[in-house]
Amino acid sequence: MDRPEYQSVGKSVRKKDALQLLLGKPVYTEDITPDALVVKLLRSPHANALVESIDVTRAKKIPGVVDVYTWEDVPDQRFSNAGQTYPETSPYDRLILDRQLRFVGDVVAIVAAETQEAADKALSRIKVTYQVLEPVLDFRTAKDNPVLVHPEDNWHLFGDLGGDNKRNLVSATADADGDVEAVLADCDIVLERAYHTKAYNQAMMETFRTFTQLDRYGRLHVISSTQIVFHVRRILSHALGIPKSRIRVEKPRIGGGFGAKQTAVSEVYPAFVTMKTGRPALCVFTREEAQTCGSPRHEMEIKVRLGANKDGRIRALDVATLSNSGAYGEHGWATSGLTGHKSIPLYTGSLEAFKFTADVVYTNMQPSGAYRGFGATQGQFAVETTVNELAEKLGMDPIELRDKSMLHEGMAMPAYYGEVANSCALDRCAELFDWESKYPVRDMGNGKVRAAGVGMSMQGSGISGIDTGSVTIRLNDDGSYMLAIGAADMGTGCDTILAQMVAEHMDCPVENVSVFGADTDASPYDSGSYASSTTYVTGMAVEKACAQLKERLCSIAADLLDCDPAELAFEEGYVRREATGQEVSLTEIAVKSQCNNRQPAEATAMHSSPVSPPPFMVGMAEIELDRETGVVEVLDFTAVVDCGIPINPALARIQAEGGIVQGIGHTLMEDVTRTPEGRIRESSFFTYRIPTRLDTGHLRVEFENSYEPTGPFGAKSIGEIVINTPAPAITHAIYRATGVWHRELPILPEHILLAKPED
Amino acid sequence: MEVKIKLNGTLVSDDVPADMLLIDFVRAHGCYSVKRGCETSSCGLCTVLMDDQPVLSCSTLVARADGRSVYTLEGLQAEASEFVGFIADQGADQCGFCNPGFVMNTIALLRENPDPTDEEILAYLSGNLCRCSGYAGQQRGIRAFLDSRKAGEVQHG
Amino acid sequence: MRPQSLEEAWELNQKKRNRVVAGMMWLKMGTHSFGTAIDLCDLGLDTIEETEDEFRIGAMVTLRQLEKHPGLAAYSCGAVETALKDIVGVQFRNGATLGGSLWRRMGFSDILTLFLAMDSYVELHERGIVSLEEFAGMKYDKDLLVRLIVKKQPGAFAYRAVRKQRTDLPSLNCAASKLPDGYRVVVGSRPARAVVLRDEEGVLADGITEETAVAFADYAAAHITVSGNMWGGAEYRAALVPVVIRRALLALGEVL
Repeated sequence: MDRPEYQSVGKSVRKKDALQLLLGKPVYTEDITPDALVVKLLRSPHANALVESIDVTRAKKIPGVVDVYTWEDVPDQRFSNAGQTYPETSPYDRLILDRQLRFVGDVVAIVAAETQEAADKALSRIKVTYQVLEPVLDFRTAKDNPVLVHPEDNWHLFGDLGGDNKRNLVSATADADGDVEAVLADCDIVLERAYHTKAYNQAMMETFRTFTQLDRYGRLHVISSTQIVFHVRRILSHALGIPKSRIRVEKPRIGGGFGAKQTAVSEVYPAFVTMKTGRPALCVFTREEAQTCGSPRHEMEIKVRLGANKDGRIRALDVATLSNSGAYGEHGWATSGLTGHKSIPLYTGSLEAFKFTADVVYTNMQPSGAYRGFGATQGQFAVETTVNELAEKLGMDPIELRDKSMLHEGMAMPAYYGEVANSCALDRCAELFDWESKYPVRDMGNGKVRAAGVGMSMQGSGISGIDTGSVTIRLNDDGSYMLAIGAADMGTGCDTILAQMVAEHMDCPVENVSVFGADTDASPYDSGSYASSTTYVTGMAVEKACAQLKERLCSIAADLLDCDPAELAFEEGYVRREATGQEVSLTEIAVKSQCNNRQPAEATAMHSSPVSPPPFMVGMAEIELDRETGVVEVLDFTAVVDCGIPINPALARIQAEGGIVQGIGHTLMEDVTRTPEGRIRESSFFTYRIPTRLDTGHLRVEFENSYEPTGPFGAKSIGEIVINTPAPAITHAIYRATGVWHRELPILPEHILLAKPED
Repeated sequence: MEVKIKLNGTLVSDDVPADMLLIDFVRAHGCYSVKRGCETSSCGLCTVLMDDQPVLSCSTLVARADGRSVYTLEGLQAEASEFVGFIADQGADQCGFCNPGFVMNTIALLRENPDPTDEEILAYLSGNLCRCSGYAGQQRGIRAFLDSRKAGEVQHG
Repeated sequence: MRPQSLEEAWELNQKKRNRVVAGMMWLKMGTHSFGTAIDLCDLGLDTIEETEDEFRIGAMVTLRQLEKHPGLAAYSCGAVETALKDIVGVQFRNGATLGGSLWRRMGFSDILTLFLAMDSYVELHERGIVSLEEFAGMKYDKDLLVRLIVKKQPGAFAYRAVRKQRTDLPSLNCAASKLPDGYRVVVGSRPARAVVLRDEEGVLADGITEETAVAFADYAAAHITVSGNMWGGAEYRAALVPVVIRRALLALGEVL
């Protein structure tokens, strides 16, 4: 298809903040905020306990301690920390401080002090008597367990999502199309498998942190490392019981999020302190707190039943998900849905029936949240691994097998809300590998073998019918533009990508577009940066706003030329009157816009999409496995990505590379285990091992573009999908090298060495 | 205790607690580039140069630095500017939180070994964690810088 | 405190709550508080002296200095660098000291395993010179580790470790050497402190071959106890022991 040649879109423009970041300028929360009270949290040593009594008198006497707050000091009004569009699909199950403590690390008391030392001392002087209760530490027995994580009567969940706190159920989902049992009964081969994935930590380099103060109007001013400024405003309003009009939330640069900061993990504590004391307050999570009291991926057990014919055609899929939400229910229902809705549709090409169920349960463990991939990661590990096993059982090439069943452009996807795949290059993605030479198992001597494996993936682009993005574009008096957004650049580069779109629409260099965001007082509403939404949803708001702005500029120019605006057109950065050849420059319009003018030289537009077009990806891992030690080295990971038209290819590539490496980490080294008492062992970077640059192997990323008609310049999303394929691909390669299917992640060297072949 | 440290070329005297860490000292003296990413000497974000050697400022007492020279990225802007644009061209800066430690250690690498191989770069920087980039873009950026510097040398030589 | 003499440092260290800080890489990870921190950085213990007969390595020498020292590299057949290069990162190794690593006698220590394969001695301020092997078995006390002395016995060395992630603590490490008094195999990160095995049954008497390496590895496996922790379960370590020993011996065979 012929596409127009773009000036700014499709170009690897440097991120607008790149040199500030690379030269170490102070741009993060802790760098830019003034001296403040140090806020520290006393955390529960027990997985399930009641505060029988708490004595803070000795703590308060320590010089420098300003105050200590306990459950008796906070409103008895439950809320959710989930950064989701209201009404949230997460239960209102939290208090700022609760008398019942639901996991090791749950907050018992808030200390506000002048110094770190005083705060630390105060923590050690708070005397708590706990009534220790039996915890629920096995998520497989949580549902209908006599021990209730949330026995309270003021627990609340909007809508009919199947949740019931008296059954330890956060939510329950069911979806189906066709008669799965009948099709399975008719299949030549049925595989029934169960998979287990852990509560991986986002491990963004900047932990959770929030600064709060009262502004010059006495309003609560929050500067936080967050992906969701508007949702944080609502959450704080609910938690503190103050009107949203009294709250302003802004984000500076963010040191990574990956979904962790789509939950208001740290915000409420300093906000509460500032409201109580009137003083500025800062709460910075330690790495240990981020590891053990954050908002990691949901641990899941996923059971797959796959039915196929001998020729490899996949005819039926039944996916049953059990998700461990931990002590609170943030993002529980939503993540569980993706385990089926983003794994089953990949086989729309031949699927005759599917069934999908998902229970999300409460346990006395670290609460989970949103993490890049958001359930799709877990579901695709399960389904893709089962499909790979089918291929091996049938002795078929796994790519050839997928060819018979995979989704193609133009197909309607019953397991994806009936959406039609308007842009899909999945078939072409699978063609680009050097598969024939990598797939055969090669003995390298000295116990080492090389092998390859594959996985397919899809994600979404925003949440259809819900995510809402808006932008304001303003003409400055020198003819440059100001773009105000409510989406959050967390390092992904969305500030730059949206500016590239403005530059393309307005026919100007990207340097002429400044970006501001995000601040609830000044940004137009945006649900925030999550669910792979910003490029796709907010990008379309840019398109609409630019169209409106052009009309306004023509209208202002019409005043200057004393003509009908209909005679004018915006072209190449000028307003031209075709009939006369007259043209008005942007500067002239800008100057006019500030003098005797009645129409603003700015436009705000909002967008929401009824669909969520999936990006697609195929990932192939080549490993070298040491059969004598179980150590796996990733030699090469090749990914072919269909994210529609990449707006900024360099940034799209980095998204892919970064996501792949996180996926490699989850598959081979990042683990989350607990003591019998429910304490997380991997509580630091010393024990929670994320990949270093020696652990990644060679990464190759190719783009196989489709054109998405509902996206800006044909773009879809890329932020999340990139994390999904390493797990199935590496698991497959490990099977090829050892003959063993590992169905629990991570697959550590000891699991490989000690595994016994199944058959 | 009283310490005298040459911080970014300027002598700084201060009375500090005996258990103060170098990271907290340099941040207290306006060097906000220095970041804390962990509490276990694992991440490399807090890298500074002490007597020209890259060290973890989170694991160094201010007392140990007494009488020595300490450089943070604030004091090496020109040297960093020679190559960070190549990282920016890859988009590998990403969230940026690990960048100062990474840039400082890259400076140390290039001072010690002006023409490193790919393997030498990976080995030298292995203690600098990054969760965004997947590292490949950082590597391409450094390689592009070295290649362009070599091309420049050929041109001028 | 930065004492100006060893005597002063030793005196300070006799107080119960005082502690010597070496590299401080692990020290701050504990929750313990202590009195005065004693820093030995002014005592000139940060050099590696190489003579005809020995290396004299000050307690404050960093791991990075060891790794980059040409004399040690040549003498150890490259085993020093192999043992040190995967320890966290360059900055860490610029801070972590030999004295700190040896004093703690941590089971996972690559440094202890490495030097146990050499003819090594530690010089303690009060007690004097003791062999590293003896020191490795001693209880913690209030003495001061001044330096490590490695005798340049004619010999060859090789080092191997298995890690679940490249810069993680080892699941098992092993140094193999041939010295005038025979072969030595040191296995550490069991995870208990490293142990030294000698070829008491003469399995390697005819030199290292694939067969004798396997035989010695099997012999060693029968004499080495392992247990489990976060870096490997007991069963996994038990399976690794003969593999890592065999590989270290074969690597040693290549440099003999």
